[in-house]
Amino acid sequence: MRTPLRPLTRRGLLTGTLGSAAMLATAGALAGCGTKGAVQTEAGCVSEDLSGTEKKLAFSNWPQYMDVDEKDESKRPSLDAFVAKTGIQVTYTEDINDNNEFFGKVQNQLAACQGTGRDIIVLTDWMAARMIRLGWIQKLDPAKIPNVTANLLPSLLNRSFDPDSRIAVPWQSGLAGLAYNGSVTKEIRTVDELLTRPDLKGKVTALSEMRDTMGLLMQSNGHDPANFTTAQFDDALNKLKKAVDSGQIRKFTGNDYAPDLAKGDIAACVGWSGDIIQLSGENDKIKFVAPDSGVMLFSDNMMVPNKATHKANAEELINYYYEPAVAAKLAAYVNYICPVQGAKAEMEKIDPELAANPLIFPDEALLSKSKVFMALDEKQEKEFEGKFQQVIGA
Amino acid sequence: MTALAHVPTSTGQPAPPPPPPRGGRHRLLPYLLLLPGAAWLLLFFAVPLFQLAAASLYDPAGSLSTGYALTWAFGNYPDAVQAYWPQLGRSFLYAGIALVLGLLMGYPLAYAIAQKAGRWKNLLLVCVVAPMFTSFLVRTLAWKTILSDNGWLVGLLRDVHLLGPDGRLLATPVAVVLGLTYNFLPFLVLPLYASLERLDYRLLEAAGDLYASPVQTFRRVTLPLSMPGLIAGTLLFFIPATGDYINAELLGTPNEYMIGNVIDSAFLVRLDYPQGAALSFLLMAAILAVVFVYLRRAGTEEVL
Repeated sequence: MRTPLRPLTRRGLLTGTLGSAAMLATAGALAGCGTKGAVQTEAGCVSEDLSGTEKKLAFSNWPQYMDVDEKDESKRPSLDAFVAKTGIQVTYTEDINDNNEFFGKVQNQLAACQGTGRDIIVLTDWMAARMIRLGWIQKLDPAKIPNVTANLLPSLLNRSFDPDSRIAVPWQSGLAGLAYNGSVTKEIRTVDELLTRPDLKGKVTALSEMRDTMGLLMQSNGHDPANFTTAQFDDALNKLKKAVDSGQIRKFTGNDYAPDLAKGDIAACVGWSGDIIQLSGENDKIKFVAPDSGVMLFSDNMMVPNKATHKANAEELINYYYEPAVAAKLAAYVNYICPVQGAKAEMEKIDPELAANPLIFPDEALLSKSKVFMALDEKQEKEFEGKFQQVIGA
Repeated sequence: MTALAHVPTSTGQPAPPPPPPRGGRHRLLPYLLLLPGAAWLLLFFAVPLFQLAAASLYDPAGSLSTGYALTWAFGNYPDAVQAYWPQLGRSFLYAGIALVLGLLMGYPLAYAIAQKAGRWKNLLLVCVVAPMFTSFLVRTLAWKTILSDNGWLVGLLRDVHLLGPDGRLLATPVAVVLGLTYNFLPFLVLPLYASLERLDYRLLEAAGDLYASPVQTFRRVTLPLSMPGLIAGTLLFFIPATGDYINAELLGTPNEYMIGNVIDSAFLVRLDYPQGAALSFLLMAAILAVVFVYLRRAGTEEVL
């Protein structure tokens, strides 16, 4: 007679599963395990360009970073004009919400030299620098982007991560400075006021982007964020820590400070010029302040990642957006600093008021006190980011 | 749930004995039925878990560009605890307080729906579940508006002097715990409801006939019979609440950050994979330990 099947109990099953998982884990771990370096080289990860046969382009960008038709939100005038002019079909996706999150999304493919399905990605300076350092970005052909060579704003030339301006091309730039809501608090002029003024206690936010917040703080200490020492960084960090510990700083934010500032839940903050211009359009009491000690200049850069198969098409688009007339059209909608020289003259035809706005077309005085954060190597990045994250609580 | 099988069912008949096992291909049937679930578990749980375990022992000196070597760096664990024990403790504290609040609200609610709601039962159940049709994020963001400094709730609390003139709810531990309680309440209520719904009202009447006071009836009849649902609900509430980071992120400040926020930043911002993995493992181990003690004390193995 057959022995009856031993009934399968939950406990039995669980023990069995856990046991086998543990054994598997141990066995696997014994076999040795680790990761390979993620660095790619031009020779080791060659990309093929199919632009000649495929009139296509996949463009990944941040939300609300492209002009849309006022009547029909699905139409993007400047991009549609490009499609009409060149016949290149552009798949435009707003799938970049956060530099770190996007990095997490594509890092496995790029580290293994595989395609991401995107021909242009737009990332902020420091993330661009990291990707370039890792060898994940294709070099552009200067002959195919003459407008960039001719029209790029001089203060954006010679950036340390891209000295020849042929790998990362600014899409839009912006300033990180201070902002306040005049219906809740009185004017604020300096970083120190933000961090210590008693009436602002618990009503202040700072940016979780280490380079923007720390850059402003170092400038307020009289140090240069484009060239600083660890001790100077620590000085600024201590200042920040005091403001966190005392409860002056309510939290560290990404873009999400904007609605809170508009509502008045926060009275003053470290913020980005583009957000503040958009807010002040709805409430003129909300103002951007460039403290005398200095502001931070950052750009979001168009780049062609490895294994993107339409590089020539991408170059055509990059070149197109450096035509002053196109750049003006875009700047009129997105309200960030326009990195294209000559766009100001074009803007005067569209909207003289915007053309006079120093936060879109900054004057010499403002540009001279704006700094780009020092390019960090991997070790520095880990050290500084680690210390900063410890202070901001995560 | 077999705890209920020992209680006479409503027909008054003892439960029929399980059918005798049959031979042949039926012998494999339970395993075949388990196959999809087991494959899923292996692929999306066991394998990543194993990778995570390995990552937690990587050489902390490694980096993304140079790669990580597995050096059995057990030191990652004490290092991670030393750096982030406040957040670890806070996770359990907040989730624990939220659980108590959840039980205080959820048990009466589940009981009312199951026993007293009559024809409103389905409608009330829909009310419990309906918020889940909107995304977790949207619901948490809605709390931001409700708790806003210039909102009506804070205004009201200031008027009755429960809050000082400069008091606030948003960006405080209160907001985070409230958010946790709200977001995970349905996971507590639904299993409880399932248990309480099958509660035979005549048992309560019988207890009354035997001179049990309402409190005694609750303690000796209702509560034990709802134990399976209570335990399942508690675990479904507590485990995700402990690992949650959205509520602390949106409703709190750095001073309210929980361990989930730290793990998030370790993996996405600081790119410190060994530390992130070590913290993930610690969190898992700590939760398992708490759950194990809880189940031992609750005296049932039926849930596991």
